[in-house]
Amino acid sequence: MWALVRCIWKKRRLPILLAFQSFLAAIGAAVLGLCATTGSLAIFTGASVMHVFRPPWYPAEIGRQLLRIGYFSLPVVGLTAFFTGAALALQIYTGGARFNAEAVVPSIVAIGMVRELGPVLGGLMVAGRVSASIAAELGTMRVTEQIDALTTLSTNPYKYLVAPRLMAATLALPVLAFVGDIIGIMGGYVVGTARLGFNPGAYINNTWNFLTFEDISSGLVKAAVFGFIIALMGCYQGYHSGRGAQGVGRATTNAVVSASILILASNYILNEMFFAS
Amino acid sequence: MTGVTDIPRIEMRGVKKAFGSKRVLEGVDLTVAKGESLVIIGGSGTGKSVSIKTIIGLIEPDEGDILIDGKSILGARGSSRDALLSRFGMLFQGGALFDSMPVWRNISFRLLQGRNRLSADDARDLAIEKLRRCGLGPETADLFPAELSGGMQKRVGLARAIAAEPEIMFFDEPTAGLDPIMATVINQLIREVVSEMGATAITITHDMRSVVEIADQVAMIHQGCVQWHGPVSDVENSGEPHMDQFIHGREDGPIEAVR
Repeated sequence: MWALVRCIWKKRRLPILLAFQSFLAAIGAAVLGLCATTGSLAIFTGASVMHVFRPPWYPAEIGRQLLRIGYFSLPVVGLTAFFTGAALALQIYTGGARFNAEAVVPSIVAIGMVRELGPVLGGLMVAGRVSASIAAELGTMRVTEQIDALTTLSTNPYKYLVAPRLMAATLALPVLAFVGDIIGIMGGYVVGTARLGFNPGAYINNTWNFLTFEDISSGLVKAAVFGFIIALMGCYQGYHSGRGAQGVGRATTNAVVSASILILASNYILNEMFFAS
Repeated sequence: MTGVTDIPRIEMRGVKKAFGSKRVLEGVDLTVAKGESLVIIGGSGTGKSVSIKTIIGLIEPDEGDILIDGKSILGARGSSRDALLSRFGMLFQGGALFDSMPVWRNISFRLLQGRNRLSADDARDLAIEKLRRCGLGPETADLFPAELSGGMQKRVGLARAIAAEPEIMFFDEPTAGLDPIMATVINQLIREVVSEMGATAITITHDMRSVVEIADQVAMIHQGCVQWHGPVSDVENSGEPHMDQFIHGREDGPIEAVR
């Protein structure tokens, strides 16, 4: 066996070494690409945040973005929250029945929605809707030279395009999450009272008594972070969009995928920060 | 030509720019006198657009210097860059109109920003006046860019470029994609507004009719260098083989035609 390996090595040494070299080169290129993207994103984030705090601001643009990101996302977030709350109530009821703990449905639905599902599912739904829309809009502006035109008209694209979207998303997501929390709890309430036989007054009392300020505030802080991530990834991918329809399409896909992954990753980190102790 | 002084209004000195391994500009030297209209010609991908984008500051050159009125503008930041940009106006190849706002807001965009911004009513009136100057009626003011034809978009782009009456204007392929009649209209408009405003202009084009109708001076860029630079009257008799081949559209010559 060893002799066979030596024989192959002697005869095919050069192609094997070249293939190994190509393999290492591919890994190196991927690592360098990742480092370059990370660096570029870090610079973009720094510049964007700086422009959020430095005048001039564009209140009309911020208002427009609040409407687009916040108000027009309400139906998506509301429907997601309602059905999630309803399904959660059913699951907890059937699961809890195994050890006679059906009574915990209202409190678990409330805590689950407020701490975790409201902000995370709301964030993911808004990521799909808003991040893609921002990336497509900015990508098209990049491809059609509208971003260059802004610069020639003495307007900083970071201030006019990126900062208002970051501000609006960071402000709108906690409000959306809060509304989503209420609708989600309502979903649980509807299933709990109409389907599972809970007393309406007792359900609301149980929900209210078990919720703490920390539950609500941690969910809202998470939503604000997710809002920042959604707008940042949409803006970054759109701003650095490649040429043509394919470039804009890729930017849109990358925005949704990267925002979703970052939301889930940052959710874990925030949970560690808030609840690890 | 009017108001020509010893110090050129725009000067590029040995400007080099590469994108990765692709070297686009390989030492461009170019001067434009005050009030002069320079037309840059050359094949696709030879660095014409990159040249004017380095002047405006959209692209930073790797080497060389760019001077406006004898002062280097490389590295200008903050208020000095804003002051510089306020002297520029540009017509982009595709118009680059903001499709989220109506035509009048596009035209008066710059005038609606900053401390000395105009009121919306004044800005709209000014936009309508600029539209009229570019041959469009006031009914165009409330349309959105997507509702305009290609020729109308160019005119609106031109109206936006001249709205703040800049001293230095750039026109990137102003007649690309237009029919010959509309191309002549746009060329004449450019010539008129540049002459009226006494502006210094740089135009990029492939269209030899634009060269004749717009230019005082002509420069030809090939492979990232200025191959020929001279008055428009000498274009036909430049004696420069690249220039001869380009203006006559011949396949044979020093410029390689890729089939």
